[in-house]
Amino acid sequence: MVTTTVDDGSIEVTSSGRIKKFLIDFYRGHPLGAIGAGIVVVMLLAAIFADFITVYDPEQIDFESMLVPPNWAHPLGTDNYGRDILTRVIYGARTALTVGFVSAFVGSFIGLVLGVASAYFGGRFDLIFQRVMDVFLAFPLIILALAVVAVLGTGTENVIVAITIPFIPQCARVVRSSALAIREIPYVDAARACGFSDSRIILRHMVPNVMAPFLIMLTAFVGQAILLEASLSYLGLGVQEPVPAWGLMLQGGAEEYAESAPWIAIFPGLAITLGVFAFNLFGDALRDVLDPKLRSQQ
Amino acid sequence: MSVAESDTNIPQQALGDVLLQVKGLKKHFPITDGILVKRAVAHVKAVDGISFEVRKGETLGLVGESGCGKSTTGRCILQLDQPTEGEIIYDGVDLSTISRAELNRMRERIQVIFQDPFSSLNPRMKIGDIIAEPMHVHGIEPDAAKRRARVSELLTVCGLNPRFADRYPHEMSGGQRQRVGIARALSMRPEFIICDEAVSALDVSIQAQVINLLEDLREQFNLTYLFIAHDLSVVRHLCHRVAVMYLGKIVELAESDELFDNPMHPYTQALLSAVPVPDPDVEAAREHQVVKGEIPSPINPPPGCVFHTRCPKAVASCQTDVPSLRELRPGHWVACTEA
Repeated sequence: MVTTTVDDGSIEVTSSGRIKKFLIDFYRGHPLGAIGAGIVVVMLLAAIFADFITVYDPEQIDFESMLVPPNWAHPLGTDNYGRDILTRVIYGARTALTVGFVSAFVGSFIGLVLGVASAYFGGRFDLIFQRVMDVFLAFPLIILALAVVAVLGTGTENVIVAITIPFIPQCARVVRSSALAIREIPYVDAARACGFSDSRIILRHMVPNVMAPFLIMLTAFVGQAILLEASLSYLGLGVQEPVPAWGLMLQGGAEEYAESAPWIAIFPGLAITLGVFAFNLFGDALRDVLDPKLRSQQ
Repeated sequence: MSVAESDTNIPQQALGDVLLQVKGLKKHFPITDGILVKRAVAHVKAVDGISFEVRKGETLGLVGESGCGKSTTGRCILQLDQPTEGEIIYDGVDLSTISRAELNRMRERIQVIFQDPFSSLNPRMKIGDIIAEPMHVHGIEPDAAKRRARVSELLTVCGLNPRFADRYPHEMSGGQRQRVGIARALSMRPEFIICDEAVSALDVSIQAQVINLLEDLREQFNLTYLFIAHDLSVVRHLCHRVAVMYLGKIVELAESDELFDNPMHPYTQALLSAVPVPDPDVEAAREHQVVKGEIPSPINPPPGCVFHTRCPKAVASCQTDVPSLRELRPGHWVACTEA
């Protein structure tokens, strides 16, 4: 899923042979990015097939095996309720990636359309819209998300909304600046001279041409969203028990059992780090690949 | 800014039916200042009161140096820029007063070919889609299979292999792309095409091919052109009549041969004198009439005749009196009191 997005955005791939060649080139040119992409794929597979690769129930409380250190039966140990950490980390990936992908995709898509529309219409609409975006951008991401959670309440759906909203102005701002340049290119004039509707010009002629900055924002957002979700859950304002979520696992284990059972906090913490790291590496490599200046030199 | 007399004085000749009438067209771009409330501190007077007519089947050339407002004139006719003042009457309808829906229907009849073949095609669309899209949107060819057939036909008409339909613009050369731009313009079966420096970006051998193509198409589809250019030899070859612009105004308008053989406005004379003669001996012996100085800023154009600051024939009255277009010979209009 992620890798096909790369192919669409960078070059027009018409055959599977070219996709293969592109992937090989991507790996050679950006080995770190390829590692990031690899981790993302593994996380995705783990999240999708969590039911098949785990033996325990992530929410099953087992008082007979509380705080068991890592062993053969529980490779990453168990927490204070006797739940298997490995199982919960894997199911936690499902929560993290769901929140991450849904909020990153929805937020950046809304931002994409609004940003391009703002640049296309220009004038007073653009001015007012940009000032509204400024207001949103004035708040740090986590504060804005906290405010949304405070209004809507906790729970996975509300966390997604809370993380999506701060992404919209961020994406709209970046996309608008690219779209402003595209607005002046004659093919947009040609489309207007052909009598196309505004929505057609925005969606068919401008949006596809701001894909490079958009895809970079998108991958960065997924990593940010995972981190935000973990932060909100850690603060008790995000995903609620007993749903397995990495931030929540940190909160449950960090303070009380930091010395007696450190594995409770270490492994979800590692999962968060690895997830965000993978998306950032991948996003950086993607930026290099999609940068037209770098591309023309190749 | 006083309204020039030439606004209402429209050069005309009783030949074909009038297709396009431009009356007193002005386009002033505001230079704004202020953070929240924008106010105009000055205006760039890109087009400052021009009038002309284009008759059915004719090719009118619009020439002038860069920045004189010829492209802006084209954009105003296409309603890509909203004129500040003046009327653009196409086949009896004032384009600036009709609704968006009516304008979009009108756009089937008026098309444009742009200067830069590299930026006038959407890089994310296949050639076939670029040409088919206008037909699809305007319902000219609702059936997808027939649309594809017509794309092939248009590509062939424009001298391209129909297989190009499956290619992307970046896989083609400049000349090929310009032919695609022409095919797109033709897709809606227009009767009037504005060629905005349509051959300026092409190298000379390709230029000749594209000019021949434009000529063929003019005959085949009975097209009317407004040919905006700065290359005078191309204009002479292609155009029936020529209008010369300087700093947002038309200074001379005449039949093509008449204008080139007998230029009356000092600016036109200088412009034609600048065209090199392809014989070094003749070129060296020839007397050159060189215009001195720089073109004045269109933000603050000179009072009176806009050309008086550089004009070799200027007299005192040129600094105060705005010359109107006068018909000095049949069909030959000149905006100069001394001509």
